[in-house]
Amino acid sequence: MNEIVLEEGVKKLGTRAGVQQIGSQRLKEKLIEKFFLLNGMLAILILGGIFALLFFKAYPAFQELGVIEFFGSPVWNPTSYSKAQYGILSLINSSLMVTLGALLIAIPLGVACAAFLSDIASLKMREILKPAIEILAGIPSVVVGFLGIVLVNPMISRVFGVSHGLTALNGSILLAIMSLPTIISLSEDALRAVPPSYKEASLALGASRWQTLVRVSVPSALSGIIAAIMLGMGRAIGETMTVLMATGNAPALTFNFLEAIQTMTATIAIELGEVPYNTTHYYALFVIGLVLFAMTFVVNLISDLILQKYQEGER
Amino acid sequence: MKKKCAERIGFALLSSAAVLVILFLGIILWDIIGNGLGVISWPFLTQSPREGMTEGGIFPAILGTFLVSLITVVFAVPLGMGAAIYLNEYALAGRMTRLTRLAIRNLSGVPSIVYGLFGVVLFVQMMKFGTSVLSAGLTLALLTLPLTITASEEALKTVPKSYREGALALGATQWYAIRTNVLPYAVPGMLTGVILGLARAAGETAPILFTGAAFFLPHLPKSLFDQFMALPYHLYILATQHHDIAKVRPIAYGTALVLLGLILLLSTSAIYFRYRYRQRMRS
Repeated sequence: MNEIVLEEGVKKLGTRAGVQQIGSQRLKEKLIEKFFLLNGMLAILILGGIFALLFFKAYPAFQELGVIEFFGSPVWNPTSYSKAQYGILSLINSSLMVTLGALLIAIPLGVACAAFLSDIASLKMREILKPAIEILAGIPSVVVGFLGIVLVNPMISRVFGVSHGLTALNGSILLAIMSLPTIISLSEDALRAVPPSYKEASLALGASRWQTLVRVSVPSALSGIIAAIMLGMGRAIGETMTVLMATGNAPALTFNFLEAIQTMTATIAIELGEVPYNTTHYYALFVIGLVLFAMTFVVNLISDLILQKYQEGER
Repeated sequence: MKKKCAERIGFALLSSAAVLVILFLGIILWDIIGNGLGVISWPFLTQSPREGMTEGGIFPAILGTFLVSLITVVFAVPLGMGAAIYLNEYALAGRMTRLTRLAIRNLSGVPSIVYGLFGVVLFVQMMKFGTSVLSAGLTLALLTLPLTITASEEALKTVPKSYREGALALGATQWYAIRTNVLPYAVPGMLTGVILGLARAAGETAPILFTGAAFFLPHLPKSLFDQFMALPYHLYILATQHHDIAKVRPIAYGTALVLLGLILLLSTSAIYFRYRYRQRMRS
């Protein structure tokens, strides 16, 4: 009841007005708590809302064209004069291809860098490397894409002798750089969480620091490292501006890293601005959005489950 | 001997990975700063683009990015703080709380282009805000929400439990205790989250592509329902969509440098605030 005294200076405790005030105070508290509860539920609401709206806008396309139209053909050509085609297999393939390429570069580099940070780096090296990684994480994707055009593009065409470097390889290199900060910092956390006694036991048995790192630290941090990689993978699949600018945007089914490709994200970014609302083509873009959402959701969820289980094991 | 040798090679490999990562950052900064610095001038920062964007400055894009980030913060910060207060002060450990946290973590992994799709349907079409700075700001607010919630909760966690208990023991209600004994100490820490959210919002392109960003506007936005120009979108246009890409390359570099400078300024100040705040909480 302190609050009444403090806040309003009302000294009517025990009187009828005072009792009423206490009642209204309780109500106020209840309402405030309900307000924050609603606020707390917001994340669930938004996540559910995103799924619901994507589904709601994708459904007319499924109804009109059938599910097989989307997943049975690699030809994406919605603006064809003779027959519009909505196969998204080549788009999914492109997204997976650049992601795979990015991971092939980022996993060895990222895990090595994390191991360096956790096991070798002096305090001074850490103080340089940690902020550098934070800055790298903050560079906007559109700037990275721009560098793909002006830096990586001529480099690829010179090294591999292709006419232009706006290819899947370009996207992979850029996405690798973009997913490095995630992979490095989470892998480092995982390596640091390995109990010191493990390492001490290994060193006491005569193993070198390198052997300890490779045969003790990394295997015991493996689940954390895998979760970090999955999270980096989720980022790479969903990244838009970088691949839009750097991969050439030619929707074809290819497995050649030196050819232009067009990812799911880039397709949405290019075409949504040009189609009228609520047409078949518009709905079809939401089908791509839905597939993309589902893919990143599953990847993130798996990574999350690994991390949670891992952290519970720590306790 | 063999063991020693393997160790030396292995450590050299790890070190070179670290050097490579720093090298990447170095090349990025070197290229953008080296090519962009010569373009930056007072007129470049204060004038509108002219002659089909081949001349003049980028002022409307700077202003647009500032406006849309402001709207983002106005919506994301109260919501983020509210959710954080609920999670840290009111919520009991249980299935619902676990689910909420799972949702927050998952939201931060939703691709930005998907937020764009969501924004088009919800704000542009259903709420009829049209393609406007308001729709774009709201879309970005949703995108930065997980970040603001997490940062606000971190700040609330640093306030010692005894502060709350002291107030409650003296008969204060829970909200009164939060308001007088928790929030004043947590707000400076929450500021870090606000700045990081700003930096994220200022650099995003995909969510504003269809919710309000414009290719070129002859005048500045006059209301919340006008379209706007933004730095990241401007860079995208200059780099890929312009009819004379070679000619506007210097302007593209200048735009990239301004955008990068703005974001680095925001994120380093956030890191600085966090550092100062942690030191104060410790003492």
